[in-house]
Amino acid sequence: MAEDIQAAIKKTIDDNDVVLFMKGTAKFPQCGFSATAAKILEVLGVPFKDVNVLESSALREGIKTFSNWPTIPQLYIKGEFVGGCDIMREMYQAGELHDLVCQKGIPHSHHHG
Amino acid sequence: MVAEQRIKEKLWIALEPTRLDVINESEKHAGHRSSPGTGESHFRILIVSPKFAGLSRVARHRMVNEALADELRGGIHALALATYAPGEEVRG
Repeated sequence: MAEDIQAAIKKTIDDNDVVLFMKGTAKFPQCGFSATAAKILEVLGVPFKDVNVLESSALREGIKTFSNWPTIPQLYIKGEFVGGCDIMREMYQAGELHDLVCQKGIPHSHHHG
Repeated sequence: MVAEQRIKEKLWIALEPTRLDVINESEKHAGHRSSPGTGESHFRILIVSPKFAGLSRVARHRMVNEALADELRGGIHALALATYAPGEEVRG
């Protein structure tokens, strides 16, 4: 079971350019930190796959093991772990998240002048 | 207060910070559906440590998370982290 979850997480990350593991959904976040993380991606105009970890305790614990990261939300871009809410916010404020999205060739609607 | 003290001690030992603010924000989240209501669940930490110099944000957060692994497995529900090396501009 634990192996299945790890494989499922890996597949989700491989199949989607941008994945946000969060509490709740992008439309209905159930935690302030997850809401902030989703909002940042929306402001950048980055399409992302939202994975609601509250749907299964195996998934909720599995993603923590997978990333070796104890908290939710968690952002992956092109299979690479980017960070949690605080890191996303700092990167966004410094313009680094936008740069990363550009570097990774993720189509998005937000452009700096 | 007990958890706060333990967090501080562990971070002092692990990271030898030049500045360490540990703020208990549990009260602000007391009404949360998922809040355990222990009064020791949500913390905001600002830490300036020479050990962070040259490291990525993810690497810095991992160091803090490792130092507080027991607490994160136990009662701590949320940890807001701001990590700086000496000389970096501290916001907030």
